[in-house]
This record gives sequence, C-alpha cells and structure tokens, in this order.
Amino acid sequence: MPFDVEAIRSQFPILSRPLPDGRPLIYLDNAATAQKPRRVIDKLVEVLEQYNANVHRGIHTLGSRVTEELENSRERLQRFIGATAPEEVIFTSGTTASINLVAQAWGRKFIKPGDELLLNEMEHHANLVPWQQLAQERGATLKFIPLTADGRLDMERLDGVLTAKTKLVAVTAMSNVLGTINPIGELAERAHAKGAVILVDGAQIVPQRPIDVHNPVIDFLAFSGHKMFGPTGVGVLWGRKELLQEMDPFLAGGNMIRRVWKTHSDFGDAPAKFEAGTAPIAEAIALGAAVDFIESIGWEAFHTHEQALMTRAWNQLREIPGLKIFGPGLKHRGAILSFTADGMHANDLAEILDQQGVAVRPGHHCTMPLHDWLQVPATARASFTIYNTVGEVDALCAAVQKARKIFRLE
Amino acid sequence: MLSENTMTTCSSLDELLETFDLLDSWEERYQFLIDLGREVPPLPPEDITEENRVQGCQSNVWLTTHVTDSVPPIIELAAQSDAQVVKGLVAVLLLAYSGHTPEEILAFDIKDLFNKLGFTKHLSRSRSNGLFAMVQRVQNVAREAL
Repeated sequence: MPFDVEAIRSQFPILSRPLPDGRPLIYLDNAATAQKPRRVIDKLVEVLEQYNANVHRGIHTLGSRVTEELENSRERLQRFIGATAPEEVIFTSGTTASINLVAQAWGRKFIKPGDELLLNEMEHHANLVPWQQLAQERGATLKFIPLTADGRLDMERLDGVLTAKTKLVAVTAMSNVLGTINPIGELAERAHAKGAVILVDGAQIVPQRPIDVHNPVIDFLAFSGHKMFGPTGVGVLWGRKELLQEMDPFLAGGNMIRRVWKTHSDFGDAPAKFEAGTAPIAEAIALGAAVDFIESIGWEAFHTHEQALMTRAWNQLREIPGLKIFGPGLKHRGAILSFTADGMHANDLAEILDQQGVAVRPGHHCTMPLHDWLQVPATARASFTIYNTVGEVDALCAAVQKARKIFRLE
Repeated sequence: MLSENTMTTCSSLDELLETFDLLDSWEERYQFLIDLGREVPPLPPEDITEENRVQGCQSNVWLTTHVTDSVPPIIELAAQSDAQVVKGLVAVLLLAYSGHTPEEILAFDIKDLFNKLGFTKHLSRSRSNGLFAMVQRVQNVAREAL
C-alpha cells in the first residue's frame, strides 16, 4: 500500500509554516522533540477551553470531566505499552523524572553497599547521572556493559559484568546518538536470571517501535510525551505493580496520601502515591491524543517509511568524502544518524545547515561518556520520523555538500 | 556564488568591515569568516589547558592573555578553537582587542562591531553566549590591568 506522507504532513501545522525568512522548514531533529499533530494541539486547547479543572478533587462537573479524560489517557497509554493495569502508569514530567523517581523511590530503599548497578556508555545522562548519585549515596558500584566497535552492547561479554551482585540493569532501548536498538529481550532475561531488576529508557524507541512491557518482560519503562508527538512537560513511568507497591513515595504532598495526621501520614496506592501535587493535566490528556495519532498510522507504516528514509540518507551521506556515520549498520538501528565530517566541526556544520533551513542537532547530545568513547567532541545528528520526506533527506545531503564548498573542502 | 580565492588577510578592523561589506550572500560571509580563522596561528600545546578554556562556548575555545610591563600596558591575546567558524570569530576578536591598552579595550563597542558585521543576526543564541563569554574574559583582564 503506498504511503501518503503529504497526508501525514498536513496534520502538522508547523510543517507548512515557512521559517521567518521564507525558507521551508526541514525538521530533522525529531530525536530531540517531535512536532505536534493537529489532534494533540486541539486536545490541549479543548481541555483549557472546555473543562479545565483540577483532577481527583471536587465533585463539580468540570472536575469529573477532566478526571475522566485524564484516566482515559492513562488507559490509552496502558494499552499502548501492553501494561496490565492503568494503575501501573504514572504520569511524570518526562523520562528524566521517571528515571529519577525509580532511583529515589526504589533505589534508595533497595540498593545496599556493595550492590552493583549495570549501565553502559551509550546511555543518555538522564539514565546515567541518577545512578551515579545513587551509587555514591548507597555505596554501590557502577558497572558498564562493554560496547562493540560498531556501537552495540557486547552481549558476549555480558557475563563479565552481570553478576549475582547486580541489582539493576538500566539500559536504553534505542541510543539517542548511535540509533542502536538494544536487545532488551535477551538483556531482561539474563538480568532476571541473576535476580536483577531491569529499567528501560524508552524515550527514543517509543515513537519508533511498538513496546510491550510483558514481551519481553521488563520491570520499569520510562518515556517522554514530547518525543512521541505529545506535549512537553509530561511523560510516563511504567512499573510492575509489585515493585510499585513496595516502593516509598519520592515526592510528598497533595494527591498522594490516604490520610494525613498532624505528625504522620498514610500514603495512597500507585499511581497517586507517585503523583504528588498537580499533574500537567492538559498535557497528560493530550498525550492520549498522541497515542491515537501513532495508532492511526500503524507501526508497519512507521517502520517502512523510516527505514526508507534511513537507507537513502545512509547511502547518500556515506558517499560524501570525510563523512563518518557512527553506530551500527541499518539492521541494528532506528531512524537516527549521527555523523562528523572531516574539516568541519559539528557545531559549524549544523549552523551552515541551519542557514539552509535544515534543522539538525550538534553537540554531545547529553552523552558525554559516549562521545569520549567515540573520541569526538561533538557529532551532528539527523533524526527522521513519519512526516519526513525523501526530498528532505536529499536536502540534508545537498546541504552537507554545500557546507563542504563553503569550508573549501572541495 | 562562492569565491575561489577571497583575500582574507585583514590587518585592521576597517579593512575587515570594508571587505565584509562587499560580500552579499551568507555563504560568502561564512566562507570569509572561516578563511579568517585559518590565519589565526594555533596556541602552543602547553596553553591548551582547562584554565584557559572559555566556559560557555559550545565548542572548545582556549584564550590566553599577556599584559606587557609598558606604560600604559598593552594586552596581547591569543586564542584557538576546534571549530572553524568560531576560529573566524576569534580572529575578529583578536583584531578588535589584541595589542590595545586596557582603556581602549574597555571603551570599544564590540556589540556594535558584531552588529555591523551582521553576525548577531546569523549567530544562534548559544553561539552568541559563547562569543560574549570570550569578550567578558578579555574585559576582565583589561579591568584588572587598569
């Protein structure tokens, strides 16, 4: 079935809006944040215009409506990730908050001196720094799964670092720089065999591939709304019910309690226990509309389209002299390409691309240890999604060629 | 169109502004800036230190300052970056500041210069921040040398 990318693009108001100087926008920074389809924007406006009220409080008409909408969104997210119950879906402010919640509420309770936390060098700082803090506080040790030369987890050397002391494996399902899709199934199985808990950073994978938290069986999943076409300021922590039950709250305050006395309190159950204070209500409701958007397209179309864009970009970029793409071959990666070009600093290259209307992201992408491992200070990252076109891929490659001319490299 | 061989060595700010005025496309301006950067001699390796690194730049910039014993003192600057466009900006900064007295440095309107060159429009906010971090450092040295 032919895929109509223009029909998708027409759902995104920003994509038909020229840049301030009149050039068309070529947005290839989707791994940083995705643009928002009309239905997400409409949903946000609908909440604010029609039934804005606080949730779970008060019995008035608007309060009931907004609570119902929020819980509907939670149920959509539950189905989206294959969770057993909506109570396992906790609204947070994003992936970073979700991971910190686990580090604080689970980690500080269960990690003991001498325990080991297993990470790897491709992790985003959000899935690294909270564990560094926890390890320092609890006297635990950080271990790292070695990487293969092409930037995949070296599963053959996993046994050297996954031991009886390992209490947690924290791993991204897809690298935000290399695009590497990690073998979560095998990792989860081998982590569980050692009695360890596995937390998956789903920030990049959730808008690209279907996720089912029971297949493979994992323990925690963290992801952000804004990378999956939803609003900023909202994300999800999914946790297995038993784990959530035994965790203490991280933030304390309103909404998360059962009964408060003057000197002590009883806490509510998940998800309320972990949702202290007022949630980003409109954003969380609109995140449900983002799920609808993804489901309206279907994963097969996502996958086919992104692979087509990636293959084209891969083939063209590799023809450019001095250009180096980091990470594994197409078979092992999602729609992210990070590269350097000899003679052009990534920041300079991105700036020259921006002059041509092409938005890519330069820098270390919150993965300094990975860039140390790659031995480059910065990379330029192009990331593709469902609304990008073949023409945009060609424009990226032409813009890099033009940058080479400006830099007198040809 | 991109020029094959722009004359890039500028010995004074006036010359720089004149040359820049002749360039009317963003491509040429960037190319000119990059070419300017190529003229900046690299710092000796021993000066590539954490202390000399300018904080606030997205790319690495190292800046050294030397204040002469003369009366009035003269401030001499040297700088390096691993990014070529930044090197070009560094070259402009050196033209504006290096070899001048603290009074001259503090009296110089650098924002006006960058406005005239039209850089502030093109430069991203983060890049401007880095640029003005360099300016800040030079001005601090000038203040101490007063």
